[in-house]
Amino acid sequence: MWDYSEKVKEHFYNPKNAGAAENANATGEVGSLSCGDALRLTLKVDPDTEIILDAGFQTFGCGSAIASSSALTEIIKGMTLDQALQVSNQDIADFLDGLPPEKMHCSVMGREALQAAVADYRGEVWSDDHEEGALVCKCFAIDEVMIEDTIRANSLTTVEEVTNYTKAGGGCSACHEGIENILSRVMAESGKEFVAGGVGSAVPAKAPEAPVEAAPKTDIKRISTIMRVLEAVRPRLQADGGDCELMDIDGNTIYVNLTGACMGCQMASMTLGGIQQQLIEELGEFVRLVQVEKKADQLVGIGG
Amino acid sequence: MNDIYLDNNATTMVSPEVLEAMLPFFSEQFGNPSSLHSFGNKVGFALKKARQQVQALLGAEHDSEIIFTSCGTESDSTAILSALKAQPERKEIITTVVEHPAVLTLCEYLETEGYTVHKLEVDSKGRLDLDQYASLLSDQVAVVSVMWANNESGTIFPVEQMADMADAAGVMFHTDAVQAVGKLPVNLKESNIHMLSLSGHKLHAPKGIGVLYLKRGTRFRPLLRGGHQERGRRAGTENAAAIVGLGKACELAMQHMEYENTAVKAMRDRLEQGILAAVPYSFPTGDTDNRLPNTASIAFEYIEGEAILLLMNKVGIAASSGSACTSGSLEPSHVMRAMGIPYTAAHGTVRFSFSRYNTMEEVERVIAEVPEIVAKLRKLSPYWDGNGPAENPEQAFAPVYA
Repeated sequence: MWDYSEKVKEHFYNPKNAGAAENANATGEVGSLSCGDALRLTLKVDPDTEIILDAGFQTFGCGSAIASSSALTEIIKGMTLDQALQVSNQDIADFLDGLPPEKMHCSVMGREALQAAVADYRGEVWSDDHEEGALVCKCFAIDEVMIEDTIRANSLTTVEEVTNYTKAGGGCSACHEGIENILSRVMAESGKEFVAGGVGSAVPAKAPEAPVEAAPKTDIKRISTIMRVLEAVRPRLQADGGDCELMDIDGNTIYVNLTGACMGCQMASMTLGGIQQQLIEELGEFVRLVQVEKKADQLVGIGG
Repeated sequence: MNDIYLDNNATTMVSPEVLEAMLPFFSEQFGNPSSLHSFGNKVGFALKKARQQVQALLGAEHDSEIIFTSCGTESDSTAILSALKAQPERKEIITTVVEHPAVLTLCEYLETEGYTVHKLEVDSKGRLDLDQYASLLSDQVAVVSVMWANNESGTIFPVEQMADMADAAGVMFHTDAVQAVGKLPVNLKESNIHMLSLSGHKLHAPKGIGVLYLKRGTRFRPLLRGGHQERGRRAGTENAAAIVGLGKACELAMQHMEYENTAVKAMRDRLEQGILAAVPYSFPTGDTDNRLPNTASIAFEYIEGEAILLLMNKVGIAASSGSACTSGSLEPSHVMRAMGIPYTAAHGTVRFSFSRYNTMEEVERVIAEVPEIVAKLRKLSPYWDGNGPAENPEQAFAPVYA
């Protein structure tokens, strides 16, 4: 049985706004029948103010799909269309006090139905840009299609790189066999062979090479981006009695001095991994964050 | 009112008699059956008796044909991997598209190791084509693994006939009989079945105990090597309490075989007939003329199974569904898809599976509750319009990226 929050159960047992909205002037229909979820969202929009006066849903789906639909209609009633478009799937999940990772796609479906309905109202054509695959990483809810696409786009070759780019495999590591299988398959498409590195990716491996695609930013811009990301995380670290200082940048390796309470414990690598992930996202290129202690030349690599 | 448990193909309650038989083996009867002294010896005799009780239920010729394992999955893996190890020159496996994941996932893995796996298809009632099967048997095939009865639809496969065909072609035959043992009469000494898997918790024994039946003379390679337990065919200190429990459960299953096929079957039939009469756009799946006496699989069109289960659970009724969401996968049950059941119905299949501990009064309560639950969910469904499905449901509602 799924671990549903009380809020999910409440919206499933007594859904709000079930059925089509009366005199609706916008309709969005999205879903995937093969995976068992489909949703029709109908909106009654005030033509002068673009305020959503009423919203209704009809859902073919499981408990969390029905609860997500109900939550979505509650969230957007009274909003303008532009405000409603800012609602993310995370907002829907938060409204429900969270969803199990396997069920996050229910909230994604809600957001997409909304986009489709708004497009319908505005006479635009909405096309879905995301395809969903089987869930691989349960810790971070990363699916197969996303992993495949990321491997292809960035020519990834190791589980560690996949973790750095997608987070998949960064938690309990139970899905590493699955990720290795995906790597073997995708790499085979371009005639390459996946070679697993010994024990596993928890062992510090040699620094992965930067992806070819990513256009390097100019040095100044790049350094200022790195500094900005590090500055943003410092207050949180300082609150825990720690700090993170930029020591040096060498190509795609960024050396930092992470100090304080987190130092040397399991959290140190978690924090490093988290900061590295943010840097990768901000820079749009692969970088490797390496812990280096002041006045010491011993470099400590972090394992994915 | 007590909750109603109709999910006995998932697992069963441990019989009070089984529990009673097991309890001493958690306390005073703690000896290792391999030990010479009286502590161990008594446990050793208890295991011997349990082995004979299992032998009797299976109709096996020798008690040494019974190998205790940890579960049905271990028995399946041991059987298939043994056949491959013992006959390294044979690189093919025959199985079916509707097997339990214990067999199917292993076979899919073996495909990546270079083996060829032939999966027999089924028709709309879940039946196999024996001509197709006959055409695949060859001296390249290491093992045939076909379930005795399907866990989702209850459909029974003609495994005895298929074992004869395999034996005649010189091919090993294994059957995953975890759903069949205890519900259908089994007489292995009269059959050509070489290996059979059973699982204790499907017949009122505890979880964590299984059996691999290995016909005398069948070539075998152990999965676990180590001590001499199970005559060296499955090393590891015996799970004595669970083995004793399984023995007792097999004895009870023998005694209740007729009840299972009359009274339990009558409850199943009443439930199915009652629901189908009360709920429009619902139909039974599988081969209803040839199935387990305890299983009914009903597809409720235009709604989704997990939602049905949650609402049933709320009123105290436990069952299972073949919908994607109940398993966390993206596809509805491979069994329902293999039978060509459309997605709008496959997601709404609910399996009701009985045991001898159910009552006719429970059946009537379920018949009273289910129609309302289905109606409530259909009201939410975009495929439903008032009192029936929307006209041309597939066109009335055509979501993007369906």
